[in-house]
Amino acid sequence: MSTPHSGPAPARTTMRTPLGRVRGLGAAKSGTEHFFTQRLTGAANLLLSIAFIIIVISVAGQSYAAARATLGHPLVAVIILLTLLSVTTHMRIGMQVVIEDYVHTEGLKVLLIVANTFFSIAVALAGAFAVLKISLGG
Amino acid sequence: MVELTLPKNSQVTTGKTWPKPAGAKKLTEFRIYRWNPDDGKNPRIDTYYVDREDCGPMVLDGLIYIKNKIDPTLTFRRSCREGVCGSCAMNIGGTNTLACTKGMDEVLVKGVVNIYPLPHMPVVKDLVPDLTNFYAQHASIEPWLQTDTAAPEKEWRQSKDDREKLDGLYECILCACCSTSCPSYWWNGDRYLGPAALLQATRWLKDSRDERTGERLDYLEDPFRLYRCHTIMNCAQACPKSLNPAKAIAEIKKMMVERQI
Repeated sequence: MSTPHSGPAPARTTMRTPLGRVRGLGAAKSGTEHFFTQRLTGAANLLLSIAFIIIVISVAGQSYAAARATLGHPLVAVIILLTLLSVTTHMRIGMQVVIEDYVHTEGLKVLLIVANTFFSIAVALAGAFAVLKISLGG
Repeated sequence: MVELTLPKNSQVTTGKTWPKPAGAKKLTEFRIYRWNPDDGKNPRIDTYYVDREDCGPMVLDGLIYIKNKIDPTLTFRRSCREGVCGSCAMNIGGTNTLACTKGMDEVLVKGVVNIYPLPHMPVVKDLVPDLTNFYAQHASIEPWLQTDTAAPEKEWRQSKDDREKLDGLYECILCACCSTSCPSYWWNGDRYLGPAALLQATRWLKDSRDERTGERLDYLEDPFRLYRCHTIMNCAQACPKSLNPAKAIAEIKKMMVERQI
């Protein structure tokens, strides 16, 4: 267990009672849904990534037309769409936890959480659009 | 952001090497963190030599030897000297533990006993950390029996099986070894309640006599208060009473899910 060393106590900057500080703004009454979703998508990712890797291996070396045909197969397309949904959901929550852990500047934290959400949705929709385009033609 | 380096006034310097006790045959070297709020200087590491033939085997015995015979200004908390009070919690040989129940020979790093205050806490002086926030967090989970039913004439009854559910939870002595070993607590100690307070929360959530389980869960249902625990397990590794706060926190999370689905 490697630990940073303690530092001298900073001057007290608040006259609020310790209990008042700990209670702060109260419980957010959330967090369980993220916790549960993270485990749910974690389990889904395990199964879906195996299927996804099999798909990638099967199209490797195929001609362009054959690869398109494989990816356009309804079952394959649905598996890829599910993978995108599960992976990007997991990615978004995981990254948000990292931001909440390490970023303590309020403004920057909110900005990063917003950017993280936008990025995850953009990745998911771009991927879904590509799969649907191949699958439904056009 | 996360503090990965120490602020300038916290950077540790080399301190004084105190003379070896005269005529001692078996010596153990102690390097101890010193900081005095009154001298305006940075923290320093002082070196002491403890005469093992004139001293008990525990790290606390060594500290008391130093305070009595070498340097009376060395400041640390101690009381029961048998692992019951939790006062002498400090970082010894890189691990948070109780000085009274840790043998000097168990913690040697290259023959030296290294002692620092509990990590990432404000320091009052030398090895004494400011635990105000830690105690307030414990108070905030309201660690007492809460009921709405009128108090029975004699006692609140509890089956043997239900009483056994409190084993591994009630033994906590609030020494703060677990909370101050937890990286999540280092980075978010202002909002994350930490393993010690959450272990006590579990103790009251699991008490069959308590009638406020739901309210207790409501208080904890928060991304920071509870869910900063990422099961790092330093708490369980550090606990000098061999308790497992990480498991207790997992039990809370399970109850949270249970009441939703």
